[in-house]
Amino acid sequence: MPFWRRRARDRAQDPLQCREFVELVTDYIEGVLPESERVRMEEHLAGCEGCSGYLEDMRRLVRSLHEVPEPPPDPETRAAMLNAFRDLRGPS
Amino acid sequence: MEDDLVLLDRLRAGDEEAFKALVARYDGALRRVARSYVRTDSAAADVAQETWLGVVRGLDGFEGRSSLRTWIFRILVNRARTRALRDARDLPFSALEQDDSPAVESSEFTRDGNWASAPPRLEGEPETSLLGAELREHLLRAVEGLAPAQRAVITLRDLVGLPAREVCELLELSEGNQRVLLHRARSRVRAALVPLVEVGR
Repeated sequence: MPFWRRRARDRAQDPLQCREFVELVTDYIEGVLPESERVRMEEHLAGCEGCSGYLEDMRRLVRSLHEVPEPPPDPETRAAMLNAFRDLRGPS
Repeated sequence: MEDDLVLLDRLRAGDEEAFKALVARYDGALRRVARSYVRTDSAAADVAQETWLGVVRGLDGFEGRSSLRTWIFRILVNRARTRALRDARDLPFSALEQDDSPAVESSEFTRDGNWASAPPRLEGEPETSLLGAELREHLLRAVEGLAPAQRAVITLRDLVGLPAREVCELLELSEGNQRVLLHRARSRVRAALVPLVEVGR
Protein backbone atom coordinates (compact mmCIF):
# COMPACT_ATOMS: atom_id res chain seq x y z
CA MET A 1 0.00 0.00 0.00
CA PRO A 2 1.45 3.40 -0.92
CA PHE A 3 2.36 5.42 2.13
CA TRP A 4 -0.20 8.17 1.40
CA ARG A 5 -3.06 5.68 1.62
CA ARG A 6 -2.24 4.85 5.19
CA ARG A 7 -4.85 6.08 7.57
CA ALA A 8 -4.33 9.44 9.16
CA ARG A 9 -4.05 7.97 12.64
CA ASP A 10 -1.11 5.80 11.60
CA ARG A 11 0.76 8.88 10.48
CA ALA A 12 -0.34 11.35 13.08
CA GLN A 13 2.61 10.69 15.39
CA ASP A 14 5.29 11.45 12.83
CA PRO A 15 6.39 14.84 11.64
CA LEU A 16 5.08 15.40 8.13
CA GLN A 17 7.53 14.63 5.35
CA CYS A 18 7.78 16.54 2.08
CA ARG A 19 6.96 13.35 0.20
CA GLU A 20 3.71 13.13 2.13
CA PHE A 21 3.00 16.84 1.73
CA VAL A 22 2.92 16.66 -2.08
CA GLU A 23 0.35 13.85 -1.91
CA LEU A 24 -1.91 15.77 0.47
CA VAL A 25 -1.63 19.10 -1.31
CA THR A 26 -4.85 18.70 -3.33
CA ASP A 27 -6.88 17.74 -0.27
CA TYR A 28 -5.35 20.75 1.47
CA ILE A 29 -6.27 23.14 -1.35
CA GLU A 30 -9.74 21.61 -1.55
CA GLY A 31 -10.17 22.20 2.16
CA VAL A 32 -11.18 18.63 2.99
CA LEU A 33 -8.41 17.58 5.36
CA PRO A 34 -9.34 16.78 8.95
CA GLU A 35 -8.29 19.56 11.30
CA SER A 36 -5.35 17.60 12.74
CA GLU A 37 -3.92 16.93 9.27
CA ARG A 38 -4.41 20.53 8.22
CA VAL A 39 -2.44 21.66 11.26
CA ARG A 40 0.37 19.22 10.43
CA MET A 41 0.45 20.59 6.88
CA GLU A 42 0.65 24.17 8.13
CA GLU A 43 3.32 23.39 10.69
CA HIS A 44 5.35 21.76 7.97
CA LEU A 45 4.76 24.64 5.57
CA ALA A 46 6.02 27.16 8.09
CA GLY A 47 9.44 25.52 8.12
CA CYS A 48 9.79 24.19 4.58
CA GLU A 49 10.59 26.50 1.72
CA GLY A 50 10.44 23.66 -0.81
CA CYS A 51 6.87 22.72 0.07
CA SER A 52 5.77 26.36 0.35
CA GLY A 53 6.97 26.85 -3.20
CA TYR A 54 5.31 23.64 -4.32
CA LEU A 55 1.96 24.71 -2.85
CA GLU A 56 2.27 28.14 -4.42
CA ASP A 57 2.99 26.59 -7.80
CA MET A 58 0.02 24.23 -7.56
CA ARG A 59 -2.23 27.17 -6.77
CA ARG A 60 -0.82 29.09 -9.71
CA LEU A 61 -1.31 26.09 -11.94
CA VAL A 62 -4.99 25.91 -11.00
CA ARG A 63 -5.40 29.68 -11.43
CA SER A 64 -3.72 29.48 -14.81
CA LEU A 65 -6.02 26.71 -15.99
CA HIS A 66 -9.01 28.80 -14.89
CA GLU A 67 -7.74 31.65 -17.03
CA VAL A 68 -7.23 29.70 -20.25
CA PRO A 69 -9.79 31.15 -22.65
CA GLU A 70 -12.40 28.83 -24.09
CA PRO A 71 -12.00 27.65 -27.66
CA PRO A 72 -13.25 30.27 -30.11
CA PRO A 73 -16.86 30.02 -31.25
CA ASP A 74 -17.68 28.48 -34.56
CA PRO A 75 -20.14 30.80 -36.37
CA GLU A 76 -21.51 28.03 -38.58
CA THR A 77 -22.35 25.86 -35.60
CA ARG A 78 -24.05 28.77 -33.88
CA ALA A 79 -26.16 29.49 -36.96
CA ALA A 80 -27.13 25.82 -37.33
CA MET A 81 -28.09 25.61 -33.65
CA LEU A 82 -30.16 28.75 -33.87
CA ASN A 83 -31.99 27.34 -36.88
CA ALA A 84 -32.70 24.14 -35.00
CA PHE A 85 -33.99 26.19 -32.08
CA ARG A 86 -36.29 28.17 -34.40
CA ASP A 87 -37.60 25.01 -36.04
CA LEU A 88 -38.33 23.27 -32.78
CA ARG A 89 -39.25 26.09 -30.42
CA GLY A 90 -40.04 29.11 -32.55
CA PRO A 91 -43.50 30.61 -33.01
CA SER A 92 -45.54 28.25 -35.15
CA MET B 1 -31.35 28.19 -9.56
CA GLU B 2 -33.79 31.09 -9.68
CA ASP B 3 -31.97 32.51 -12.69
CA ASP B 4 -32.30 29.06 -14.22
CA LEU B 5 -36.07 29.21 -13.91
CA VAL B 6 -36.28 32.61 -15.60
CA LEU B 7 -33.97 31.45 -18.36
CA LEU B 8 -35.90 28.23 -18.75
CA ASP B 9 -39.18 30.08 -19.19
CA ARG B 10 -37.63 32.24 -21.88
CA LEU B 11 -36.17 29.22 -23.67
CA ARG B 12 -39.43 27.34 -23.53
CA ALA B 13 -41.18 30.38 -24.95
CA GLY B 14 -38.81 30.26 -27.93
CA ASP B 15 -36.73 33.31 -26.96
CA GLU B 16 -33.83 33.27 -29.45
CA GLU B 17 -31.73 35.77 -27.53
CA ALA B 18 -31.85 33.55 -24.47
CA PHE B 19 -30.76 30.55 -26.55
CA LYS B 20 -27.95 32.49 -28.21
CA ALA B 21 -26.69 33.61 -24.83
CA LEU B 22 -26.77 30.03 -23.54
CA VAL B 23 -24.80 28.73 -26.53
CA ALA B 24 -22.31 31.58 -26.26
CA ARG B 25 -21.80 30.79 -22.59
CA TYR B 26 -21.33 27.04 -22.75
CA ASP B 27 -20.45 25.91 -26.26
CA GLY B 28 -16.69 26.31 -25.81
CA ALA B 29 -16.77 24.50 -22.49
CA LEU B 30 -18.89 21.71 -23.97
CA ARG B 31 -16.42 21.18 -26.79
CA ARG B 32 -13.52 21.20 -24.38
CA VAL B 33 -15.13 18.55 -22.18
CA ALA B 34 -16.21 16.48 -25.20
CA ARG B 35 -12.62 16.52 -26.37
CA SER B 36 -11.59 14.55 -23.30
CA TYR B 37 -13.75 11.68 -24.57
CA VAL B 38 -13.29 11.78 -28.35
CA ARG B 39 -10.18 11.91 -30.47
CA THR B 40 -10.61 14.96 -32.67
CA ASP B 41 -11.77 18.54 -32.42
CA SER B 42 -14.32 17.95 -35.12
CA ALA B 43 -15.80 14.96 -33.29
CA ALA B 44 -15.97 17.14 -30.17
CA ALA B 45 -17.78 19.84 -32.13
CA ASP B 46 -20.25 17.20 -33.36
CA VAL B 47 -20.88 16.06 -29.82
CA ALA B 48 -21.48 19.66 -28.72
CA GLN B 49 -23.96 20.13 -31.57
CA GLU B 50 -25.80 16.95 -30.66
CA THR B 51 -25.89 18.22 -27.10
CA TRP B 52 -27.54 21.49 -28.14
CA LEU B 53 -30.11 19.59 -30.15
CA GLY B 54 -30.75 17.42 -27.10
CA VAL B 55 -31.15 20.56 -25.00
CA VAL B 56 -33.62 22.12 -27.43
CA ARG B 57 -35.64 18.91 -27.64
CA GLY B 58 -35.47 18.21 -23.94
CA LEU B 59 -36.48 21.63 -22.59
CA ASP B 60 -40.04 20.58 -21.86
CA GLY B 61 -38.96 17.45 -20.06
CA PHE B 62 -36.36 19.19 -17.85
CA GLU B 63 -37.67 19.01 -14.32
CA GLY B 64 -35.19 21.23 -12.56
CA ARG B 65 -33.88 18.55 -10.22
CA SER B 66 -30.38 19.66 -11.07
CA SER B 67 -29.19 23.06 -12.27
CA LEU B 68 -29.65 23.84 -15.94
CA ARG B 69 -25.86 23.77 -16.33
CA THR B 70 -25.56 20.30 -14.78
CA TRP B 71 -28.38 19.07 -16.99
CA ILE B 72 -26.66 20.39 -20.14
CA PHE B 73 -23.30 18.87 -19.17
CA ARG B 74 -25.02 15.61 -18.31
CA ILE B 75 -26.44 15.46 -21.84
CA LEU B 76 -22.96 16.22 -23.15
CA VAL B 77 -21.27 13.48 -21.13
CA ASN B 78 -23.85 10.93 -22.28
CA ARG B 79 -23.48 11.93 -25.93
CA ALA B 80 -19.70 11.98 -25.66
CA ARG B 81 -19.62 8.50 -24.10
CA THR B 82 -21.84 7.15 -26.84
CA ARG B 83 -19.63 8.68 -29.46
CA ALA B 84 -16.45 7.42 -27.79
CA LEU B 85 -17.89 3.90 -27.69
CA ARG B 86 -18.77 4.10 -31.33
CA ASP B 87 -15.23 5.23 -32.08
CA ALA B 88 -13.97 2.40 -29.85
CA ARG B 89 -12.50 4.68 -27.29
CA ASP B 90 -14.38 4.10 -24.13
CA LEU B 91 -13.33 6.17 -21.16
CA PRO B 92 -11.46 3.73 -18.95
CA PHE B 93 -12.44 4.87 -15.50
CA SER B 94 -10.59 1.81 -14.30
CA ALA B 95 -7.56 4.06 -14.88
CA LEU B 96 -8.24 5.10 -11.31
CA GLU B 97 -6.88 1.82 -10.03
CA GLN B 98 -4.00 1.63 -12.45
CA ASP B 99 -2.22 4.89 -11.74
CA ASP B 100 -0.46 4.50 -8.44
CA SER B 101 2.61 6.54 -9.24
CA PRO B 102 3.46 9.36 -6.84
CA ALA B 103 2.85 13.06 -7.46
CA VAL B 104 6.59 13.68 -7.50
CA GLU B 105 9.25 11.18 -8.55
CA SER B 106 10.70 9.47 -5.51
CA SER B 107 14.21 10.34 -6.71
CA GLU B 108 13.40 13.95 -5.79
CA PHE B 109 13.35 12.98 -2.12
CA THR B 110 15.95 11.81 0.35
CA ARG B 111 15.46 8.47 2.06
CA ASP B 112 13.75 10.17 4.99
CA GLY B 113 11.17 11.67 2.61
CA ASN B 114 12.29 15.28 2.42
CA TRP B 115 13.31 17.21 -0.69
CA ALA B 116 16.77 16.18 -1.82
CA SER B 117 17.11 19.74 -3.09
CA ALA B 118 14.48 22.49 -3.31
CA PRO B 119 11.97 21.50 -6.00
CA PRO B 120 12.11 23.43 -9.27
CA ARG B 121 9.64 26.30 -9.46
CA LEU B 122 7.38 27.37 -12.23
CA GLU B 123 8.56 30.79 -13.29
CA GLY B 124 6.79 34.13 -12.80
CA GLU B 125 5.49 36.28 -10.01
CA PRO B 126 3.57 34.34 -7.35
CA GLU B 127 0.30 36.23 -7.74
CA THR B 128 0.16 36.03 -11.52
CA SER B 129 -0.94 33.16 -13.70
CA LEU B 130 1.70 31.25 -15.60
CA LEU B 131 0.57 32.08 -18.95
CA GLY B 132 2.08 33.56 -21.94
CA ALA B 133 0.67 32.14 -25.15
CA GLU B 134 3.47 29.60 -25.38
CA LEU B 135 3.01 28.33 -21.87
CA ARG B 136 -0.71 28.10 -22.33
CA GLU B 137 -0.06 25.71 -25.20
CA HIS B 138 2.21 23.60 -23.01
CA LEU B 139 -0.43 23.56 -20.31
CA LEU B 140 -3.18 22.43 -22.66
CA ARG B 141 -0.93 19.80 -24.20
CA ALA B 142 -0.11 18.47 -20.75
CA VAL B 143 -3.85 18.16 -20.03
CA GLU B 144 -4.37 16.41 -23.37
CA GLY B 145 -1.68 13.89 -22.47
CA LEU B 146 -3.47 12.71 -19.32
CA ALA B 147 -5.35 9.45 -18.93
CA PRO B 148 -9.00 10.02 -19.92
CA ALA B 149 -10.59 10.03 -16.47
CA GLN B 150 -7.95 12.42 -15.12
CA ARG B 151 -8.38 14.60 -18.15
CA ALA B 152 -12.15 14.72 -17.79
CA VAL B 153 -11.91 15.71 -14.13
CA ILE B 154 -9.25 18.42 -14.52
CA THR B 155 -11.09 19.80 -17.55
CA LEU B 156 -14.38 20.10 -15.69
CA ARG B 157 -12.86 21.36 -12.44
CA ASP B 158 -10.03 23.64 -13.53
CA LEU B 159 -10.66 24.62 -17.14
CA VAL B 160 -14.46 24.86 -17.06
CA GLY B 161 -14.53 25.69 -13.35
CA LEU B 162 -17.35 23.50 -12.08
CA PRO B 163 -17.53 22.77 -8.34
CA ALA B 164 -16.48 19.33 -7.07
CA ARG B 165 -20.03 18.29 -6.19
CA GLU B 166 -21.23 18.91 -9.74
CA VAL B 167 -18.31 17.01 -11.28
CA CYS B 168 -19.00 14.00 -9.04
CA GLU B 169 -22.61 14.04 -10.19
CA LEU B 170 -21.73 14.35 -13.87
CA LEU B 171 -19.09 11.65 -13.92
CA GLU B 172 -20.74 9.44 -11.30
CA LEU B 173 -17.71 9.53 -9.07
CA SER B 174 -17.48 9.52 -5.30
CA GLU B 175 -16.00 12.69 -3.82
CA GLY B 176 -12.89 10.75 -2.82
CA ASN B 177 -12.31 9.33 -6.29
CA GLN B 178 -12.94 12.70 -7.88
CA ARG B 179 -10.22 14.16 -5.66
CA VAL B 180 -7.77 11.37 -6.38
CA LEU B 181 -8.22 11.92 -10.12
CA LEU B 182 -7.88 15.68 -9.71
CA HIS B 183 -4.77 15.26 -7.60
CA ARG B 184 -3.08 12.97 -10.09
CA ALA B 185 -4.08 15.17 -13.00
CA ARG B 186 -2.71 18.36 -11.40
CA SER B 187 0.46 16.63 -10.22
CA ARG B 188 1.13 15.26 -13.68
CA VAL B 189 0.46 18.56 -15.39
CA ARG B 190 2.90 20.22 -13.02
CA ALA B 191 5.49 17.52 -13.69
CA ALA B 192 5.05 18.00 -17.43
CA LEU B 193 5.51 21.77 -17.15
CA VAL B 194 8.56 21.76 -14.91
CA PRO B 195 11.16 20.88 -17.55
CA LEU B 196 9.66 23.55 -19.83
CA VAL B 197 9.57 26.47 -17.43
CA GLU B 198 12.03 25.58 -14.76
CA VAL B 199 14.08 28.46 -13.49
CA GLY B 200 15.96 26.36 -11.00
CA ARG B 201 16.74 27.59 -7.54
